[in-house]
Amino acid sequence: MDGLRIENLSMVFSLPNGGRIQALKDVSLHLAPGELMSVLGPSGCGKTTLLNIVAGFLAPTAGRVQLNGHEVKGPDAERGMVFQQGALFEWLSVERNVAFGPKMAGKPAAEIRQTVEHLLEVTGLQGFGDKPVYQLSGGMQQRVALARCLANDPDLILMDEPLGALDALTREKMQGLVLRLWKETGKTIVLITHSVEEALFLGERLVVMAPRPGRVHKTYELPFADRGLEESPRSIKASQEFIAVREEVLSMIWEMEEEIMGRAGAG
Amino acid sequence: MTDQAQSEGRPETDDGEMAARLSEQGSAGPSGLAVWLGIADNTFTRQKTVKFGDASAVNSGRLYSILTVIALFTLWWLATNLGWVKPIFWPSLGMVGERLGKLISDGFRNFTLWEHVWISVYRVLTGVLLGALVGIPLGFAMGLSSLARGVFDPIVEFMRPIPPLALIPLIILWFGIDETAKISLLFLASLFIMTIAARAGVSSVRISKVHAAYSLGASKLQVLRHVILPNALPEIFTGLRTAMGVCWGTVVAAELVAADRGVGSMIMIAKNFLQTDTVVIGIIIIGLIGYSIELLMRLLESWLIPWKGKA
Ligand SMILES: Nc1ncnc2c1ncn2[C@@H]1O[C@H](COP(=O)(O)OP(=O)(O)O)[C@@H](O)[C@H]1O
Ligand SMILES: [Mg+2]
Repeated sequence: MDGLRIENLSMVFSLPNGGRIQALKDVSLHLAPGELMSVLGPSGCGKTTLLNIVAGFLAPTAGRVQLNGHEVKGPDAERGMVFQQGALFEWLSVERNVAFGPKMAGKPAAEIRQTVEHLLEVTGLQGFGDKPVYQLSGGMQQRVALARCLANDPDLILMDEPLGALDALTREKMQGLVLRLWKETGKTIVLITHSVEEALFLGERLVVMAPRPGRVHKTYELPFADRGLEESPRSIKASQEFIAVREEVLSMIWEMEEEIMGRAGAG
Repeated sequence: MTDQAQSEGRPETDDGEMAARLSEQGSAGPSGLAVWLGIADNTFTRQKTVKFGDASAVNSGRLYSILTVIALFTLWWLATNLGWVKPIFWPSLGMVGERLGKLISDGFRNFTLWEHVWISVYRVLTGVLLGALVGIPLGFAMGLSSLARGVFDPIVEFMRPIPPLALIPLIILWFGIDETAKISLLFLASLFIMTIAARAGVSSVRISKVHAAYSLGASKLQVLRHVILPNALPEIFTGLRTAMGVCWGTVVAAELVAADRGVGSMIMIAKNFLQTDTVVIGIIIIGLIGYSIELLMRLLESWLIPWKGKA
């Protein structure tokens, strides 16, 4: 067990008009098994591209990705995805969505039922099993997405702004759920987010990326996720220490945004 | 906090007053009948201040529909009974009623009325079924493989704008005027509609759903069966609805040209005998059945594909 190794990853998109976009340049990261890494950065800095490469949906221009010692070549059940929204199967009920992975793998029905029941309980979806997913609120839908991903028992979970479409209150609640699930399952998680607070609160490690070309700007080791279960989330987020890092990261991202705007203005 | 405290500490009388005001509003509101007739706003619409441009604030106007139908029948009655039009151009209500009775009891030209209606419906159902059986896999292939897309694109794009009726002469040359000819025509009419619908259904899939399925361990075949197919069902069903409508129109026209059975042939033969009342009855039946097919398809759709438009 060696975790996730991202080595010298570069990604260049060739556009139809002949132009080229360097979405990622020389990105290297290592994630130990059981670690939760959050990734933050201004829009367009290559976060989704990075995740898509790790998921196996895109082949990088250069560099490589390894999970537990073998190279990532395409999508696989060992790497689960949680998308922002709209990735649930709306023609299936909640429990059938959750059962999708085990069913594709041909697991016995009794085992699937047990897994699904357990996960519905863990994610607070008891009683919603036979509801069609389109009848659920955004927050509930993301619970289904989490449960569906966990049902496959992946080695690595990749989340691309999973809580991005939720209102602030639901979002805080769901952060608690993600934290709890992570602690209970011990999964390795990469979490992309737009929210500085969320990145700090959930990430044991925080990677701040910079745009044009997309690259790792700064990495932090953070204590908050560890404390997240004992202390109340509110008091952690209100602590001096949390606020200090938050302001530092915020102004860092602000500067990047200003630079982008400045360049856009000049060009 | 203070708000909550206030509302909790609100004296009983306030609630009483509120209830009184509500019931007052209720009694002053429009009656259920007026709302059903579509001439009064329901309570929600009444509270909207912007109505012009808000389609949901336009009431059904059901009363006016009823009046329109009554007016049309009155006009029919007057025009024929006062001799404004000759019966050969437009029959009287009485003549139509009488003829309908005869058609139901004696049939028309060796076939009962139901046989005429059923053969037309049967042709449509068979044509659409065959069109769907070939068109759906074809559309899927075109949406999933560049070979299939390349091969069939010119054919589909060329055939799409050709009205099925323009194929009738060729079909008659090839198949004569028997049943095969009519079914072939309807097959062609629905084939391209179904192909295009299925292809659109395949390309409408959100890539994150496909990605999610692969990440959950699905194979290509499983992605096709469990993601792309169900995701395409709404579009396929819309295609079926369109094909049903087009084929219904086409079958009637084809029967006008060449057939001894069917609603279309019935009105054509009746015309030759100057039986205007049979012609009118035929037209009314064609309209009613076309409308029923549409209603039935909508009903089926809401049963079979309740998630439509809810992604
Ligand atoms: N398929 C693509 N083709 C061309 N350019 C792309 C493609 N996907 C992403 N990009 C570009 O790569 C950059 C990074 O995009 P993305 O990874 O989506 O950023 P983020 O998720 O951080 O907002 C952007 O400039 C975007 O326009
Ligand atoms: Mg993104």
